[in-house]
Amino acid sequence: MPAVSKGDGMRGLAVFISDIRNCKSKEAEIKRINKELANIRSKFKGDKALDGYSKKKYVCKLLFIFLLGHDIDFGHMEAVNLLSSNKYTEKQIGYLFISVLVNSNSDLISLINNAIKNDLSSRNPTFMNLALHCIANVGSREMAEAFAAEVPRILVAGDTMDSVKQSAALCLLRLNRTSPDLVLMGEWTARVVHLLNDQHLGVVTAATSLITTLAQKSPEDFKTSVSLAVARLSRIVSSGSTDLQDYTYYFVAAPWLSVKLLRLLQCYPPPEDGAIRGRLTECLETILNKAQEPPKSKKVQHSNAKNAVLFEAISLIIHHDSEPTLLVRACNQLGQFLQHRETNLRYLALESMCTLASSEFSHEAVKTHIETVINALKSERDVSVRQRAVDLLYAMCDRSNAKQIVAEMLSYLETADYSIREEIVLKVAILAEKYAVDYTWYVDTILNLIRFAGDYVSDEVWYRVIQIVINRDEVQGYAAKTVFEALQAPACHENLVKVGGYILGEFGNLIAGDSRSSPLIQFDLLHSKFHLCSVPTRALLLSAYIKFINLFPEVKGTIQEVLRSDSQLRNADVELQQRAVEYLRLSCIASTDILATVLEEMPPFPERESSILAKLKRKKGPGNLHPDLDENRKERSANGGTADHSSTTSNAKVAASPTPSTDLLGLGSTITTQNSAPPASKGTSLLVDVFSENIAAFPVETPVAVGPVADENFSRFVCKNNGVLYENQLLQIGLKSEFRQNLGRMYVFFGNKTSTQFMNFAASVVCQDTLQAQLNVHAKPADPTVDGGAQLQQILNIECMSDFVDAPVLNIQFRYGGTLQNIAVKLPITLNKFFQPTEMTSQDFFQRWKQLGAPQQEVQKIFKAKHSMDTEVTKAKIMGFGAALLDGVDPNPSNFVGAGVIHTKTTQVGCLLRLEPNTQAQMYRLTLRTSRDTVSQRLCDLLSEQF
Amino acid sequence: MHFMLLLSRQGKLRLQKWFTPVTEREKKKVIREMTLMVLARPPRSCNFLLWRDLKIVYKRYASLYFCCGLEDQDNELLTLEVLQRYVELLDKYFGNVCELDIIFNFEKAYFILDEFLVGGEILETSKTAVGIAMEEAETLQETMEEYMSKPTY
Repeated sequence: MPAVSKGDGMRGLAVFISDIRNCKSKEAEIKRINKELANIRSKFKGDKALDGYSKKKYVCKLLFIFLLGHDIDFGHMEAVNLLSSNKYTEKQIGYLFISVLVNSNSDLISLINNAIKNDLSSRNPTFMNLALHCIANVGSREMAEAFAAEVPRILVAGDTMDSVKQSAALCLLRLNRTSPDLVLMGEWTARVVHLLNDQHLGVVTAATSLITTLAQKSPEDFKTSVSLAVARLSRIVSSGSTDLQDYTYYFVAAPWLSVKLLRLLQCYPPPEDGAIRGRLTECLETILNKAQEPPKSKKVQHSNAKNAVLFEAISLIIHHDSEPTLLVRACNQLGQFLQHRETNLRYLALESMCTLASSEFSHEAVKTHIETVINALKSERDVSVRQRAVDLLYAMCDRSNAKQIVAEMLSYLETADYSIREEIVLKVAILAEKYAVDYTWYVDTILNLIRFAGDYVSDEVWYRVIQIVINRDEVQGYAAKTVFEALQAPACHENLVKVGGYILGEFGNLIAGDSRSSPLIQFDLLHSKFHLCSVPTRALLLSAYIKFINLFPEVKGTIQEVLRSDSQLRNADVELQQRAVEYLRLSCIASTDILATVLEEMPPFPERESSILAKLKRKKGPGNLHPDLDENRKERSANGGTADHSSTTSNAKVAASPTPSTDLLGLGSTITTQNSAPPASKGTSLLVDVFSENIAAFPVETPVAVGPVADENFSRFVCKNNGVLYENQLLQIGLKSEFRQNLGRMYVFFGNKTSTQFMNFAASVVCQDTLQAQLNVHAKPADPTVDGGAQLQQILNIECMSDFVDAPVLNIQFRYGGTLQNIAVKLPITLNKFFQPTEMTSQDFFQRWKQLGAPQQEVQKIFKAKHSMDTEVTKAKIMGFGAALLDGVDPNPSNFVGAGVIHTKTTQVGCLLRLEPNTQAQMYRLTLRTSRDTVSQRLCDLLSEQF
Repeated sequence: MHFMLLLSRQGKLRLQKWFTPVTEREKKKVIREMTLMVLARPPRSCNFLLWRDLKIVYKRYASLYFCCGLEDQDNELLTLEVLQRYVELLDKYFGNVCELDIIFNFEKAYFILDEFLVGGEILETSKTAVGIAMEEAETLQETMEEYMSKPTY
């Protein structure tokens, strides 16, 4: 075999690739690529006809550029031309280009198909293979339409070369996967089955793949393949370790073919013919026996290939689920692997055992490994293995071991990886419900879940515990007592407050007889948590309070007092305000009877499938929930219905609108909510009010040492307030801001671009050195987690104390996967944000202009235009900058004049500006005059960067 | 098999092969998530992962991560050997293959893969047979002299 580069180096391509590799920045790379694209385009368009070599080289360069991730919008035609070249390398490059890029340019499809047709009928096996690979690679509908009839013909023709048969088989497989309706069964099907008898093992391997795919669609047509497959398998399994020459892989006889045959057999039930069945059982026994033999090689390739066959054989045994001896042997084999030193084998053993656990023959055998699996949960270093262990514990759980498994999962939860906590919570919740004999254990388990992993307990889980408590009289008293005790803890999770509020509201009377949990004590306990909770939880607690008024007339006065307080009746949140007002009125107006009717105990929920189960299914996708597969076999526990959020208040008969969501447009809704108190025109005082609240709430964060501060998008925000500030592979940061006089508010939106949750999320703002005294930025604390695909909003309140130059830095820290991410971004809070526009007449303007005539008050800059000199754009920028644009002031109409006042807490600085464009020279002259030299300088620097 | 990706340790994509129809947008997403997931794995971890409804099998050879997405019924261990076989073929062709070979001769890496996997299934499991196919192709190529005499730009 020749070393590469002998035959066909394309020097121009190599030079281009190394140029790209030498590019120091993305910009340089794009520049180099654009240069190359221009060059190629001119070559393609040139008058001189290109020879095949050049065409090949340029097409290859285009392909390289495309694979780098850039768009290619030409060159398709040249690539198609290469297809009809007689030179192999040219044809090859043509096909590669078409395979990778064809879908974007379908008008060439008939030309491409034509070239493929020619090659298919060329009788040159190398060309035929190229054409077949191309059809398989593209696999489009058009390809299927053109070739779905032709490929089977090639596959079964008597004179087709073996290598072409192999390609044709897999090509057909691909067409059948993408357009099954176009691949019609016919006379050829019977002949394809007989390829299983072919002398060439490569042909048999490819044919087996094809038949497996086809048999999944129409098993009847390929039924005869079973006996052939068994015969073939038997011959391989009983062959010596080197009999098959080339097809022996590290001393394992034809592992690929064996696995594919075993896979094919999994499309069918156990063979009915006793002889074939016996032969197959023999094969499977031989494979299991071989696992016990000493390895023929120490190489990992040997053991991988051998065990690949073994695992596939076990899959077939599990699929047949009919031979108890084989099942138990399989289980024992997997049991050995559970303690194997190879992590991969432990992983696969856990995976296979999951399916084995659902067979009635082997369920008990799987259960004997419980200690090993629990140990794996505790000691495996690799999270994906631990996850498999959780899956297996879940699968092997039944009434006999449920308490042990749930206890182990619960204790693992305290240290479990964040990425799988939610799933474990769901599984524990399902098992606890399914195998609960007495529901006190169930209630304890769920409360423990909340205690250990409250953040991961989704709404479905706590809805569910409430449904069950409501539907089961015997557990209500216990539940009330337990939540009451759990709520005594000084710090308890908000989910516990929700459950507690709901259960005490419904069943608090069951424990009220005990003086230690008298109505007033219950109420005080709940209300002590009120201020620490989010709006939805507070809303739920308010509903609990009105239920208390019904249950315990003696606390009516106390509760009315609470409802009547300003923090309730005038709460900024409409939902809370509405509830407080309505509940208070209800308690005053309604007679005891009416109150008792309105606030009657919740009726039992209809029995429906657990919503937790549905959630777990969504999370994992089908195929991983073995306990459901055999639901009929095992006892079924009663399933309650789904409590949606609105049912929390439904018996109070009070319509509750959902709390406003905080999406990107949350800006609007936040403002309307808050405007329910002071009108918008008094914006300043509103902002100040908010400040006074937040200064205390803002935790003093020590600045984190971080890498470079990102400021690419900084200057874009000088003249506007909204947009994307920062983006990388994980995170996108968007901004919306508003400023009034010396105050401002910025909404920062952190978008998680991944599907994984960000943990320990923290964002803080740092004003360094002198800026500390010039600018106050207060960040409201935000949630510590950002779900995959979700967005987190953080509000920054800003106060300008005096004029400033530097910008504050936003430091973001979070844990993604196992690693801590640090990001620092310059926040675009610039001096001009505190501009108030000032309108003035021409006369006034020039009078002030003259007054600000001292040399240090004026700063002037002459600079070259970076963007096109469009008048409307310029106007928009000056207004975006914050100054009033004064029309008709300057005698020269093409000049722009603006005026405004910069507001800081200590002073106000009047500013005048004048921008004179010179379109011929593509230059600007910008002049700033203000009463303060530092302000003039800073504004001039900021604004001159914008044109 | 749904896809095969070759990623460098720095997270650069060196080769991508898709065996099912995927939009460009989706491809970028898969590549990004694979890079984040696979590169972050500590050494000597298990070679298998679950991701969405696919089984991911990956293996590191020198500076390159080879990474495949499998459907539920595919065999993980044997996929590791598919990767091993592919590396052996590259090795045979380039003579002790390294990342640079694959960068500068990306088209060859694709050609070899096409001779080995079609539609996500293994086409030829015998190393000799694939070798012969490549060799036949080589003989069809022009000589070095022919190329060197041509302009590069």
